[in-house]
Amino acid sequence: MDHIDMQQLKSGEVNLGTSIMAVQFEGGVVIGADSRTTTGSYIVIFFQISVDSGASEHRLQANRVTDKLTYLHDRIYCCRSGSAADTQAIADMGHYYLQMQAQTLGTAPTILTAAALMEKMCYTNKDQLSAGIIVAGWDKSFGPSVYNIPLGGGLFRQPWAIGGSGSTYVYGYCDATYQEGWGRDQTVEFVKNTLALAMSRDGSSGGCIRMCVITEDNVERLFVPGDQLPRFWEGREVLGEAKKPQINRDVVPMAVEA
Amino acid sequence: MTSIGTGYDLSASTYSPDGRIFQVEYANKAVENSGTAIGLRVKDGIVLAVEKLVHSKLLIPEANRRIQTVEKHIGIATAGLLADGRQLANRAKDESASYRDNFRAQVPIKYLADRLGSYMQVYTLYSSVRPFGISTVVGGVDDDGPSLYVIEPSGVFYGYHGAAVGKGRQLAKTELEKLNLAELSIREAVMEAARIIHLVHDDSKEKDFELEMSWIGDETKGLHLPVPKDLFAEADAKARAALEDFE
Repeated sequence: MDHIDMQQLKSGEVNLGTSIMAVQFEGGVVIGADSRTTTGSYIVIFFQISVDSGASEHRLQANRVTDKLTYLHDRIYCCRSGSAADTQAIADMGHYYLQMQAQTLGTAPTILTAAALMEKMCYTNKDQLSAGIIVAGWDKSFGPSVYNIPLGGGLFRQPWAIGGSGSTYVYGYCDATYQEGWGRDQTVEFVKNTLALAMSRDGSSGGCIRMCVITEDNVERLFVPGDQLPRFWEGREVLGEAKKPQINRDVVPMAVEA
Repeated sequence: MTSIGTGYDLSASTYSPDGRIFQVEYANKAVENSGTAIGLRVKDGIVLAVEKLVHSKLLIPEANRRIQTVEKHIGIATAGLLADGRQLANRAKDESASYRDNFRAQVPIKYLADRLGSYMQVYTLYSSVRPFGISTVVGGVDDDGPSLYVIEPSGVFYGYHGAAVGKGRQLAKTELEKLNLAELSIREAVMEAARIIHLVHDDSKEKDFELEMSWIGDETKGLHLPVPKDLFAEADAKARAALEDFE
């Protein structure tokens, strides 16, 4: 190949091998994500290296509580998947554009406008980026809305959206479970269960669950620690211990001539 | 004119000693020579009307329109140099298109008026250009309801309930002030607009004119459209009748 494959992670690049999700309900949206960050095939990222004073001992700290639910505007958040660096940069630009927009118009921007801005960045720079983003929130014109922006760009309004490497395991669960007309609590439960299932199957997802409930009145953050995740069927040993071969002592080997 | 011969009126980039920019004031003169354009902001929409002076019988009727559609929901009526009006409308179309492209939403009227005002203001800063010889009535209906603005050659813009620019603006303004614009329906506003244009037209000085009218409101599903032929004819006839009673 004569060109550099940008989709391949660069060595040491921090990746959000992720499970993310957003679901709209009457009056708001629930967004959620796991908290694991990975580099290549390693699970944990070492994001802080502190040197103890006096001693020359390097201590590495592991971040297992990443926040992938990122503020864009007062009632607009995004869930980030893909390269942490790319998606952080896109979210920063989105935040900037939305502040400008809010300032010039004197009103809060719509989710559609926020998502359209994010999509434009994802599409025009598709060769350089690896980013899959879900934009969700509440606005005066359209109420609650969820927009999915997949890898190369594109803008899709959906009642629910899942993303990241873990999402592939739980499409069936979502299709079978989701129903229109849910309230806030049912939706939170759905997000929590879906993410727990995705995290248990996907090696690149895991840790804790972070969620946000965005409504007209406020943004509420929810946290589920790793030891309190919903648990489902976790398998059992089917084969059991290997059986010892049964030897029939009555059977005598045939005598063989020397 | 005291400004002539002083040398302070040769460029838009030079102030006179008492702080005026004569080129901008001359641009306003260009507007004053033009047929009247009015805009009415009423309860459920906007009506734009123009007194288009016809200087030759050889001109094709309804050609050279002075009301233009900028966006589905925005119309502008200009008074002054026709070509400058076209240029500004083209700019307005570009602005609205780029807003739609960037934000996936219809451009708010106030934002568009602000952008066009800034665009026109730039032409008052340099000696190499001349200010726009137009006053523009911008009307539209957006999320905040109907809004109406006028942009002047200096680049300033004001919001109005009723606006009038061009030759007959003084009389038109007094007529607009008599109306209870906030209570009027868009249909009633069409009648009033036609009546005002006919009233302000001075047929002792000008030969002939064409009435141009457009509206935006619930009746047009929020679109900027020419007033339909039957309603136009009704308004036109009523206006002529009212004028004869008046005289």
